[in-house]
Amino acid sequence: MNGTRVVVLGAGIIGAACARELALAGLEVTLLDRGGAAAATTSHGEGNILVSDKGPGPELRLAQLSRRLWPEVLATIADRSPAGRRAVAAAEWDPKGGIVVATTEAGAHGLTEFAAAQRGAEVRAEALTPDALRAAEPFVTDAHTAAVHYPQDAQIQPAGAAAALLTDALAAGATLRTGEEVLAGVARGGRLTGVRTSGGLVEGDVFVNAAGPWSGTLAARLGAPFAVQPRRGDVLVTTPLPPTVFHKVYDADYVGAVGSSEEELQTSAVVESTHAGSVLIGSSRRRVGFDDRLRPEVLSAVAAKALRLFPSLAGVPVMRAYGGFRPYVPDHLPVIGADPRLAGLWHATGHEGAGIGLSVGTGRLLRNLVLDEPAQTDADAFRVDRPAVLATEPLPEAVSAPQAVSAPEPRQQKPTQQKRTQQKPTQQEQEGA
Amino acid sequence: MTPRHVAVVGAGPAGLAAAQAALAAGARVTLIDSAEQPGGQYHRMLPDAYAAERPGELHHGWTAFERRRRQVLTHPRCSWLAETSVWALERTGRDRPPRVHLLCDGPVDGSGRTRRTLDVDALVLATGAHDRVLPFPGWQLPGVFTAGAAQALAKGERVVVGDRVVVAGSGPFLLPVAASLLEAGSRVREVLEANTPGTVARGWGRRPWELAAQLGKTAELAEYAAALTRNRVPYRLGRTVVEARGAGRVEEIVTARLRPDWSVIQGTERTVPVDALCVSHGFSPQLELPVAAGCALRDGEFVAVDDEQRTSVPGVFAAGEITGIAGAPAARAEGAVAGWAAAGGSVTDAGPVADAGPVTAAGPVTAAGPVTAAGPDADAGPVADAGPATAGRRTAAGGTRSARALRVLRRSRDQGRAFARRLAQAHPIGTGWPGWLRSDTLVCRCEETDYGALCSAFGSEAESAPRVAKLGTRAGLGPCQARICGPTVAELRARLGGGLQDRPADRPAEGLPTASPHTRPIAQPIRLGELAASPTPPIPTDPPEESSP
Repeated sequence: MNGTRVVVLGAGIIGAACARELALAGLEVTLLDRGGAAAATTSHGEGNILVSDKGPGPELRLAQLSRRLWPEVLATIADRSPAGRRAVAAAEWDPKGGIVVATTEAGAHGLTEFAAAQRGAEVRAEALTPDALRAAEPFVTDAHTAAVHYPQDAQIQPAGAAAALLTDALAAGATLRTGEEVLAGVARGGRLTGVRTSGGLVEGDVFVNAAGPWSGTLAARLGAPFAVQPRRGDVLVTTPLPPTVFHKVYDADYVGAVGSSEEELQTSAVVESTHAGSVLIGSSRRRVGFDDRLRPEVLSAVAAKALRLFPSLAGVPVMRAYGGFRPYVPDHLPVIGADPRLAGLWHATGHEGAGIGLSVGTGRLLRNLVLDEPAQTDADAFRVDRPAVLATEPLPEAVSAPQAVSAPEPRQQKPTQQKRTQQKPTQQEQEGA
Repeated sequence: MTPRHVAVVGAGPAGLAAAQAALAAGARVTLIDSAEQPGGQYHRMLPDAYAAERPGELHHGWTAFERRRRQVLTHPRCSWLAETSVWALERTGRDRPPRVHLLCDGPVDGSGRTRRTLDVDALVLATGAHDRVLPFPGWQLPGVFTAGAAQALAKGERVVVGDRVVVAGSGPFLLPVAASLLEAGSRVREVLEANTPGTVARGWGRRPWELAAQLGKTAELAEYAAALTRNRVPYRLGRTVVEARGAGRVEEIVTARLRPDWSVIQGTERTVPVDALCVSHGFSPQLELPVAAGCALRDGEFVAVDDEQRTSVPGVFAAGEITGIAGAPAARAEGAVAGWAAAGGSVTDAGPVADAGPVTAAGPVTAAGPVTAAGPDADAGPVADAGPATAGRRTAAGGTRSARALRVLRRSRDQGRAFARRLAQAHPIGTGWPGWLRSDTLVCRCEETDYGALCSAFGSEAESAPRVAKLGTRAGLGPCQARICGPTVAELRARLGGGLQDRPADRPAEGLPTASPHTRPIAQPIRLGELAASPTPPIPTDPPEESSP
């Protein structure tokens, strides 16, 4: 595969992780982003590396692979160069563990069952007695009905983590081009051979769509639309406090909110401290397109849920709030693999709120698939041609474009069958122009 | 006809003038300020508790200010919300101003304040500016003040920051600060203007006729200059403070002569013993609310406004220092135009604004004719005929008079803008200031981020995106939320190459906020408990009794 030119579209944490794996494998990698590296979704999240919120299944297995890889990857990067060491230090890796707290009887029941199932899938999930909970989190509410400790949960400063992966990718020979927006794809003989960007034509053999919540728009521009949509979240940041919250503490109803598909607001409390002493408080989920307007009632709902877990935080000033967009797929599974409709196009997206944690596993899996190596985790559940990804209504962008992209192909095709001849380069180049 | 409801945020010179003009135009006004008293930074008042015998001491235009303050605060159509913060602006639709989210009934750092919301027909933002201070080694030492803080202490608390003080930086503001310190009893050793005599002379000397319009301002400055002369305080140009030293607090400073670009001329350093240092390198407009409202900016630095002070957002007006640093007289003129337009008065048609007569530094809208509606002795009577909806009934004479008043107001505003341009030319920030920095010089005082850390982040391809560098270095994440270091960090980034790859890179991805040092969706800190509570009760949109004639 030496000499294979890979173009990764999107320099967030997923793009950085994919670029790193492929560059280390000896491929010639170019990373493109229309903004700055890690400037969008990656730097607007909390930095969750969680196994606790995932039930048994393919996403949990990807999370477990990622959780194994994280310390390994960071150690490798730190050993490689002083720049790597500095970047890893800035990533603030913290395997602090998570504690899930239920505050209702129904919540306690659900949490206990969920944890039991997870234990069957090699997740460490330790039920905490009230005393043990008090020892672990002295400020948590007395009004809890159950609590489970997940020692494998970890936290990272997401922009720093992406910068560390990117630093290593660049050290391995990848190049980064920022401020360059992909306008259209160029296909020859049914294969994607280039992308036309605001900076010119970029040719390649393998194109990886890692544009997060914008990957649906990007896929449409490349002629292969699919159903990845933004799902907004908001985070509150308090002024620095003396140590008050020691783990990633969240409400048992968080798992339900993550798994829901409601358009309207879902909130649940996720509370944790950062290295600087600020407390980060999430989380909300709303499907409102790319509407970035502040909604005070959303922040208010998040605050109220957090106070249910930590009543003593009522007097703490919130000094900042930020919001971001998660890449959402209706079946809540990432999309990782080749696009059966257009040879040369691959996707690594759709991680919703779990992309920081899942990034290194995703990068590894994508490399396995691109290089046709034995995969370290099952990729079938993440394939592009599954109903949730291809069988929804087309994206507004795709519909409104005068040169509407062709309808999705039948879903039965296997990712390996990359056949597509209808698309002409000229037609594609007009798209998005 | 229900009068239009105008909310004015900020009760400094611009906001107070806006409130007065909006009342004169027949609107209902809610005037909001985080301080206990109106006046802003310019007319910072002693708290009532001081019961000062001569509250106007150290103040300019006090009588006119007092009159305007009384007129506005006692007006039956005005609600004055003191000690109230606007913590968020919520954009609810395309064609109306954002909903105003307030924290009422308590000082900014108080607790248990009440959350309320306010929906209005028009919003006038007059949030003013705060000092811009460039970093230099030792600027974080106790005893180093922003000039604005030192003046606020002198004016607002009658506290003297030190006995042997140096005032340094750039701009005419150094003079009133020095004068305030002298009046409050400090010994001012020298006043240092960083710009060279050539730069200052060229800036002010160009188009001297424009200055004539600012006679009030010029006279005021002359008075300050006279105070310096009387007290034998030297005013030096082309020299500044490049370092502050001391064990635990400032004990001495190093000053040096500068080239026109503010690079240090080696060998001209002088050590001066001091017990306090006041610095100001100009002003940063407080843009978080305009940015939250979605207002377009001019050069990324000021709110863009049209001839009637309208911003790019329907129903949102801006006045004062957030549209350009031009001082109190210009702010008053802008405020009056904004208040009038916000109330629905047309700036081109005749309308019920006062016969202002000659516009003085004291303020463009003075009492006469229909504006008595704004006077303290007016009851609800004049409200009906002062409303903009009834402008058609106005006499021809009154209309002509109002039109003339508006012309005068706008002329005064335009003169203020010309003054602002000259000010910027005469007192620019030189490009050579990063030469004062050392690797361990703090740039962000809240988070103790030093220059070396920023150099390293901005020099790295992987970390140079503004938000990534911010999270990585923590510069701007502390309690002041980049109000002090934000412009400095942005400039260093451009200088250090982080900006090189930027051409369109700083353009935000769809749906994500621009990486602007002014983006603060939570404009003022709000306690978690206050945030969790629902807003109660909403401030009624219609006034209880004046709803319709």
